[in-house]
Amino acid sequence: MDIHEYQAKQLLSKFGVNIPPGEVVYQTHEAENIVSWLNEDKIVVKAQVHAGGRGKAGGIKVCSGDEEVVKTVDKMIGMKIITPQTLESGKTVRRVYLEKGYDIQKELYLCITLDRETGGNTIIYSRKGGVNIEEVSEKTPDEIHNMKIAPGSDLLTHHARTIVYNLGLKGAVAKKAQKNILSIYKAFVSLDAAMIEINPFAVTKNEDVVILDCKASFDDNALYRQRVVAEMKDENEYDPLELEAARHDLNYVKLDGNIGLMVNGAGLSMATMDIIKYYGGEAANFMDVAGAATPERVAAAFKLIYKDPDVQGILINIFGGMMRCNDIATGLVNASKEVGLNKPLVVRLEGTNVDIGKEILINSGFPIKPVDTMEQAAQDVVKMVKENI
Amino acid sequence: MAVLLTKESKVICQGFTGAQGTFHSERAIDYNTNIVGGVTPEKGGTKHLNVPVFNTVAEAKIKTGCNASGVFVPPPFAADAILEAVEAELDLVVCITDGIPTSDMQRVKREMKGCKTRLVGPNCPGVLTPGVGKIGIIPGHICKPGRIGVVSRSGTLSYESAVQTAELGQSTIIGIGGDPVNGTNFVDALELFLDDDETDGIVLIGEIGGTAEIDGAEFIKSWSGKTKKPVAAFVAGAAAPKGRKLGHAGAIVNSGAETADAKKEALKSAGVTVADTITTIGDAMRKAMKI
Repeated sequence: MDIHEYQAKQLLSKFGVNIPPGEVVYQTHEAENIVSWLNEDKIVVKAQVHAGGRGKAGGIKVCSGDEEVVKTVDKMIGMKIITPQTLESGKTVRRVYLEKGYDIQKELYLCITLDRETGGNTIIYSRKGGVNIEEVSEKTPDEIHNMKIAPGSDLLTHHARTIVYNLGLKGAVAKKAQKNILSIYKAFVSLDAAMIEINPFAVTKNEDVVILDCKASFDDNALYRQRVVAEMKDENEYDPLELEAARHDLNYVKLDGNIGLMVNGAGLSMATMDIIKYYGGEAANFMDVAGAATPERVAAAFKLIYKDPDVQGILINIFGGMMRCNDIATGLVNASKEVGLNKPLVVRLEGTNVDIGKEILINSGFPIKPVDTMEQAAQDVVKMVKENI
Repeated sequence: MAVLLTKESKVICQGFTGAQGTFHSERAIDYNTNIVGGVTPEKGGTKHLNVPVFNTVAEAKIKTGCNASGVFVPPPFAADAILEAVEAELDLVVCITDGIPTSDMQRVKREMKGCKTRLVGPNCPGVLTPGVGKIGIIPGHICKPGRIGVVSRSGTLSYESAVQTAELGQSTIIGIGGDPVNGTNFVDALELFLDDDETDGIVLIGEIGGTAEIDGAEFIKSWSGKTKKPVAAFVAGAAAPKGRKLGHAGAIVNSGAETADAKKEALKSAGVTVADTITTIGDAMRKAMKI
């Protein structure tokens, strides 16, 4: 789960990380009070959306004077931010963060995330922070350093010391940076974070160390014990169908194609997307009906896919391991009744109780096409959708 | 000798009396798995599915001599259950549970360093040796005794592989699971199959995210002369967009090395026969074995 920059900063400050004074606003008139409360010469106005590259898309403005701040906030609220990390339609700005601006001496980079190779966490850092970090890692990979921490181990003082020296910091600034890094790591572990990226991790002209921008995402599997984080979820940042799927505990990701998918198992779901692409089609979604399938859950999953206006045809690919094919079939028939099925539906069932499942589909009275193989299913649905358009 | 699960294995189930533990233990018993008991705290002293229930793994080991366990415990308690089995010094722990927090698994990894127990999973379908038994949720009827070793990150794709290699049959099927921090990896499983004289060919099923498939490819490259075995592979997620997690906690592309194409290339360069779609993995295996 991702959260906004200002939320991440609120969390980090509780762990003693040095963040600029700031406040979030939802409406322009709120900015008037905030700006006089902040009482700074320079204020940075930042659009709060879950997407990188905001600055280049006009989502970050440095302002001076109350009037300019208020005007900028007014422009920013409701504006669309379009970056390489958003859909083409962009993201609407609903919250704006106002914070103190600094004169910067150095822009460094710092990111804590899981190292898949060791199973432990790793701290990726560089002297060359700022907006072009991707370019740095591509063109001068030697400028990107790694501090790998053994699985389940703490970040120790000597680790942090090594990092700040490699970042080229000395004296009091090095001490401040070290303290901040230890605090950020503590926050990462205590909050079950999946990634905390600080860019820039800045040294000011006054020799202070401050977190200027921060992205944070969290381990979904641990949200049950991180209520404060879980409550920070901003539903406006998600596709409505994805939100509905989450309520039914379905693994669903909206994609760009027109063939709706319902599959059991994440691997089989990916492989089904792959084979559809192989035969010239494109999936409208990823959907793993994971875990125990009741007819109710299957029906909910099917209705969700059916609701997507991009979907021109549906492929259901079920290999019953944990799931029973007869449950799937019953759920499908019930859902078909509810939606009044009129899009091509190809169903491939295999595994536990497969014959009972197929019988239920054939006797349903709906134009549901059961097929025996995944290959057949993919070819059929691609063909049927092409003919339909 | 098959790998991991053999005729000598004595198996218990942790989370035995729960809905999933019960459902899949029944199927394991139907498949003639040597299930000697189960563990559910507070239910010790009772019987379930005609075998004894114990409060702790340690007690189950003393009373039954069990050496393997299947963990069906809910996510918040699963890491603790794994470590309980590790401390009881079982040889094999297979964790089926999906949704364990990453930091819990990091703790497990730390505690297991240097210990003798082998962990398979979590978030996996388990281990099945045709004709011998199974721990986990792999449907028994799709697997046939034979000489192909299957190792897969995905459960359902291991089932597809079993069906497509039906006429060759399988020595053992190992689901290593879809989590980013897990126990047995591709290299471990390849090593087991390479040393197993009942395995003639290996099917490897990977997916996007992480670099375990590339490590596997490097390991295969290091094989030489006599000790070489044919390998066929498929990597799921070629159609996946970057930066979006597809179901498995570990299935996300963050860098170029984590894409399906990069992994397929690495495997090809190691001499592995790579299938374009999952539906041709059986053909790829036969081609690799020249049959």
